[in-house]
Amino acid sequence: MKAIYGLYGDGMSAQQAVNRLRANGVADRAIVVMSAQPMEDFEFGHMDSRTRIWWIACLGGVLGMATAFGLAWITEVSWPINVGGLPTFAWWPNLIIIFELTMLGAILATVVTLFVTAGLGRRPSFYDPAVSDGKILVGIANPPEASVAALESALGAIHGAQVKTI
Amino acid sequence: MAHSRINNDLLRPLFQTTWRFYLLVGLFGTVVLIALVAWLSQAYFGFGITGIRWPIYWGFYVTNFVFWIGISHAGTLISAILRLVDAGWRRPVTRCAEVITVFALMIGAMFPIIHLGRPWQAFWLIPYPSERLIWPNFRSPLVWDFFAINTYLTGSVLFLFLPMIPDFAVVRDKATGLRKKIYGVLALGWRGTPKQWNRLESAMSIMAVAIIPVAVSVHTIVSFDFSMAPVPMWHTTIFGPYFVAGAIFSGIAALLIAMAVLRRFLHLQEYLLPIHFQNLGKLLLVMALLWGYFVFNERLVTYYGNDPSEMAVFWRTQRESFAPLYWTMVVGNFVLPVVLMGIKYFRTITGCVIASLGVIVGMWLERFLIIVPSLGHKYLPYSYATYRPQPVEITIAIATFAAMTLLYVLFAKFVPIISIWELKAGDPTDRFGHSHSAAVRPVLMDRPRD
Repeated sequence: MKAIYGLYGDGMSAQQAVNRLRANGVADRAIVVMSAQPMEDFEFGHMDSRTRIWWIACLGGVLGMATAFGLAWITEVSWPINVGGLPTFAWWPNLIIIFELTMLGAILATVVTLFVTAGLGRRPSFYDPAVSDGKILVGIANPPEASVAALESALGAIHGAQVKTI
Repeated sequence: MAHSRINNDLLRPLFQTTWRFYLLVGLFGTVVLIALVAWLSQAYFGFGITGIRWPIYWGFYVTNFVFWIGISHAGTLISAILRLVDAGWRRPVTRCAEVITVFALMIGAMFPIIHLGRPWQAFWLIPYPSERLIWPNFRSPLVWDFFAINTYLTGSVLFLFLPMIPDFAVVRDKATGLRKKIYGVLALGWRGTPKQWNRLESAMSIMAVAIIPVAVSVHTIVSFDFSMAPVPMWHTTIFGPYFVAGAIFSGIAALLIAMAVLRRFLHLQEYLLPIHFQNLGKLLLVMALLWGYFVFNERLVTYYGNDPSEMAVFWRTQRESFAPLYWTMVVGNFVLPVVLMGIKYFRTITGCVIASLGVIVGMWLERFLIIVPSLGHKYLPYSYATYRPQPVEITIAIATFAAMTLLYVLFAKFVPIISIWELKAGDPTDRFGHSHSAAVRPVLMDRPRD
C-alpha cells in the first residue's frame, strides 16, 4: 500500500486526526498533512516549522556584498578613469552597487533555500486534488501492513472523515 | 466564503475565454506592433527621425523610462509593506499590485535600449577587456541604474512568482489535458504541507524585508541620474525622496485603475470591495499631500536662492512656454486627488479612478517637466534649445500604455489575478468550521495529548 489518509472539512477535525495518529504510535515526521492554505491556528500547522532560512538569507547577503566589492574593485582598478577627481576606488559611489548586490544575494539565497527545504520540484509520493477544494488531508505514506486497520479506524473515527487508501 | 466558490470565481477567467479577451489582445497587440515598426524604423533611419538632438538628449524616452520605473513602485513595495504589517485587507490586492511592478519594470527597462541609437551595440556597456580601448565608467549613475533595476526586477519577479505556486497547484487540480501538464510543471509539486507553508511564508517575509529598501533605492538611484549632473533645477538633494514619493504616488494610482478595471471586467465585485478602494484612496491622498510638500520645498528653495540659471528654468515652467503643462500637472497631482480623496463623499470607486487618471497624467508631465525645460535652458545662451517630439517618439510613448494593458490582460488570462490561497487563509470560518468561534483558537495552539 502506498498511503492511507483521511480528508477533513475543517482544522479541528484534522487536528483530532493528527492526535489520533500520534496516539497510535505514529511519529510526527511520518504524519503527512496537506491543506489549501496555511493552518497557523492549529498545532499541526507548526509541525516541522524550524528553519534556518533567515540565517541563510544573511549568508547570501554577505556573499552578494563580497561579489559586489570584488566586481567594483576589479573593474575600477583594471580600467582606472578619472571621474570628477574621485579616487580610483571611491567608497561612496560603490556603496550603491554593494547594497544592491547584497540584497540580491539575500533574495536569491532565500529562494534557493525555499526550493530545497520545501521539496519544490520533486515528485510528491501521494496527493489528493480534494485538497484544493478545502479538504485537509491527514495521512501516512507507506504504512506498515500490520497497522493499516488500526490507522484506518483512527482516521475514520472523526465525524465527517473520508478515509482513502492508495 | 466556500473554497469551491473562491476557486470557481477566480479560475473562471482561466477556463472561459470570451470575445472581449480576443478584442483586447487584438487591439492592444496592434498598437504594440505599430510601435515595434516605429522603433525598427528609428534603428534603420537613425536618431534623426526623433526630436532628440543637442542639447536635449533626453526627451520622451527618458521621460517614459522614469515614469514607468515610478509606476513599478505600486506593487512590490506596497504589497511588501502590507505583508509585513499583516494588513488583512491586502489579500485581494497584492497580486494585482505585484504584476504592475513586474510589467512596468520590464517596460521601463526597455527605454535605455530604445534610447540607444545603435541598440545592437548595447553590449559595449558590459565590463570585459575591450579591443576598442573604450572602457565603461563604472562610477556612472547609469551603472547604478543597471544594478538597481535588475535587482528590483529579479526580486519583484520572485516576489510575484513564489505566492503563485500554491495557486498553480489549484489550477493543476482543476484543469485537464495539456493545461494540467503545464500548470503541473509550474506548481513544482506543491502539496500544501505545513513545512511548505512555513517555508513559503518565511521566504515571503524575508523577501518583503529585502524588497522595501531595494524599491526605495531604485527610484532614489533613478533620481541620481539627474541630481548628480550640474544642470539647473537638477542638482538638489531633495530629488531622492521626491522621486520615491512620486513613484509610490503614481504606483498607487496605477493600482487603483487596474483594480477598478479588473473588478468590472472579471466580475470581482465580491473580492475587490469598496473598502479596498477607500483605503488605497486614503493612501493616494497622503501621497498627494506629500508630493505637494516636496514641490513646495523644491520651488521655494529655488525661488529664494534666486540663482539666474535656475530662475530661468523656474519661470519657463511657471509662467512661460511650459506653464500649461506645469499647471495641468499641479491640477492632476494635487488639486484633483486632494479634493476627490479628501472628501469622503467622492472617495468612491469612480472617484478613485478619476483621481488616479489625473495622477497618471500629472506624474508623466512631472517627469517631462523635470527633463526638458532644464536641458533646453542651461547656463549659457549657446545651449538654449527647444524640443519637439516626433511621431516615432509619440507612437512609442502611447504604445507603452498599450503594452502594459496587453501584458496585464494576458496575465489575468493565465494566472489567478487574486491570490486564491491568501484569500482562503483570510477567512477563519473555513479553517475552523462554522461551529467554532475565534475564542477557541488559543487553546488549539497547545499540543493536545490524548
